Amino acid sequence: MLKQIEGSRAVAEAVALCRPEVICAYPISPQTHIVEALSEMVRTGDISPCEYINVESEFAALSVAIGASAAGARAYTATASQGLLFMAEAVFNASGLGLPIVMTIANRAIGAPINIWNDHSDSMALRDSGWLQLFAENNQEALDLHIQAFKLAEALSLPVMVCMDGFILTHAYERVDIPSQALVDSYLPPYEPRQILDPDDPVSIGAMVGPEAFTEVRYLAHARQLQALELIPELAMEFSQCFGREAGGLISEYHVEGVDTVIVALGSVLGTIKDVVDGLRGEGASIGVLAIKTFRPFPLDAVREALTNAKRVVVIERSFAIGQGGIVADSLRKSLAGLHIPTHTVVAGLGGRPITTVSLERLFRTALAGDLASLSFLDLDQGAVDRVLAHEREVRRSGPLANRMVQEIARASIRVE
Amino acid sequence: MSFQSVRFYQTGTYTVGNRLLDEAQRTVQATVARANSLTSGHRACQGCGEALGARYAMDAAMHATERQMVVVNATGCLEVFSTPYPETSWQVPWMHSLFGNAPAVATGVAAALRVKGRRNVRVVAQGGDGGTTDIGFGCLSGMFERNDDVLYICYDNEAYMNTGVQRSSATPAAAHTATTPAMGTAPGNEFGQGKFLPEIAMAHRIPYVATASVADLRDLEAKVEEAIHLRGARYIHVLVPCPLGWGAASHDTIRLARLATESGLFPIFEARNGEVSDARTIRHRVPVDEFLRLQKRFVHLFEPKLDTARIAQIQAHADRNIKRYALLP
Repeated sequence: MLKQIEGSRAVAEAVALCRPEVICAYPISPQTHIVEALSEMVRTGDISPCEYINVESEFAALSVAIGASAAGARAYTATASQGLLFMAEAVFNASGLGLPIVMTIANRAIGAPINIWNDHSDSMALRDSGWLQLFAENNQEALDLHIQAFKLAEALSLPVMVCMDGFILTHAYERVDIPSQALVDSYLPPYEPRQILDPDDPVSIGAMVGPEAFTEVRYLAHARQLQALELIPELAMEFSQCFGREAGGLISEYHVEGVDTVIVALGSVLGTIKDVVDGLRGEGASIGVLAIKTFRPFPLDAVREALTNAKRVVVIERSFAIGQGGIVADSLRKSLAGLHIPTHTVVAGLGGRPITTVSLERLFRTALAGDLASLSFLDLDQGAVDRVLAHEREVRRSGPLANRMVQEIARASIRVE
Repeated sequence: MSFQSVRFYQTGTYTVGNRLLDEAQRTVQATVARANSLTSGHRACQGCGEALGARYAMDAAMHATERQMVVVNATGCLEVFSTPYPETSWQVPWMHSLFGNAPAVATGVAAALRVKGRRNVRVVAQGGDGGTTDIGFGCLSGMFERNDDVLYICYDNEAYMNTGVQRSSATPAAAHTATTPAMGTAPGNEFGQGKFLPEIAMAHRIPYVATASVADLRDLEAKVEEAIHLRGARYIHVLVPCPLGWGAASHDTIRLARLATESGLFPIFEARNGEVSDARTIRHRVPVDEFLRLQKRFVHLFEPKLDTARIAQIQAHADRNIKRYALLP
């Protein structure tokens, strides 16, 4: 059924269609509308049987999901930003225990300075936690990925994060096609756990493992993630056959074949990028777009195959590894090892800064002209940064960084006026 | 018809011999049908109070639920000594997740059981004092506040024993630990700090809170049996002496637990819906130094010279408990 609804509501509808049995929630912007909608659906009986638990922290939210999943229930939670970091210990624990929990990440920056707006720092900080990570490009895909996520998680007995851009997607009203319960039921079978806490067949879960077997346990976790590289395309294919539209997969190509410059990105910025690329292609530019849909496991081979003939790769990332550079670009360079394709990192949209078509067009023209640096920051206020750095060289003082920067930027904006 | 009250006890133990009791009154441990929930072969130290308390508590719960229960365990000695992969001592469905989340994991298990319509399967969570009073306290308070259907049992040995005897918020004043060394004029653990979790549990107005010790295992069993049949959040706080951390002889575990209760340092009581409903009276009151003297963690109070001021402070704490919980007959 077509509906004009908020992204969060669409995700809640998708989760409801997946018949979750335990939902645990702790509110954090911009995830709140998802769990609010779900609480309503449980209250009205639209999701039934289901236990909805308001917990005291994100650490508890995922811990409740861990207990529920281990006891055989389909468990769901959602979080973002500081919340994901607050539950970090349980994030690793859930994957280590092999529990197929599905969690929405309404992607948001991490403080300090505190910032409630979108970037991918949260998911990226936990990229090596053993969870599978899927990134949605728009609200339809966010909805569709949740349905795939439960199937994927339960097939591999691994937890899955469905990452969607906070505010940009969670709070955007768009037309989405909500499938029928019968269709979702035909795609997603009931959860059949590999092992549960059952008095009739007692098992010990979560024993201590020492040096004699720990490496093997980790190897098996890796092997299971690698199975996802085969399973994700299969599930996406099955999904498109069942639902009549494309969603998910490892990567998605947009005019990548035969072009010189390929822009690589993940999440909602892909729409803006494609618009700009369309314009440049109209002028005859040799440029295309590669969307990363699955960040964990990272599809090294699929990316390499798609980019083998590219002359230049530009990675637009909404996150930043301080002291190192691009996180996604790093994986790209690994994919392209030995191919000698220049790979540029562009850090963009941190803390909710809009990534505009104007800025992207300027960036892509610079790239097409061969003038793009290895690492650059879209729309960086270089003047403000330089003034702060100059000041720091004069006055050596430790402490929080934000105030000085905010003052500088405020001063700069006053000067402009 | 007149009655004469008869007290059965063996010298020094006050334990009623099972053979003198009716079948129904005998301990769960005395029956051949006991579950051996925490079976032999685990790696606890000799004289471990926690292993003893956990075995009695779990077997009592298994008995009371007719083996329909799930156990969630916080990280700590109990978890480590019972489940070195690929071995396990647990004969119950048992799960360990993290140090600080056992109450929340138990909430999740209870939610799953409820949604699956398995209301007869009961959930027990357990941890040491560090996992309960410190790192797991947020999750525990949340579980209490929501009145989730979980019985939580804390085995309190008054410090982080698993990591090598560091101070916890359940460590008593003056106790020497690896992080509260008794050096120079320092008294070991500070006076005026720490928390008594049973009272905090009561402040949540949960249906049942009780304390127990391994000195009176029949009482522990009875409280577990009482608690397991109630619905909602329940809490039992069990004093379990640790020979290693307390610097005491392995054969003194029970004696130390008894001296802690008979001195008033550890009150034994029950509370329902936030109000104390019953307290176990002291039979032979002893001064606190009888408890303190047997432990190396308090040796600085006696050597090189007697620290009467600090011992008096500890005695005042015991006296306050005796008054507060009306522990004298």
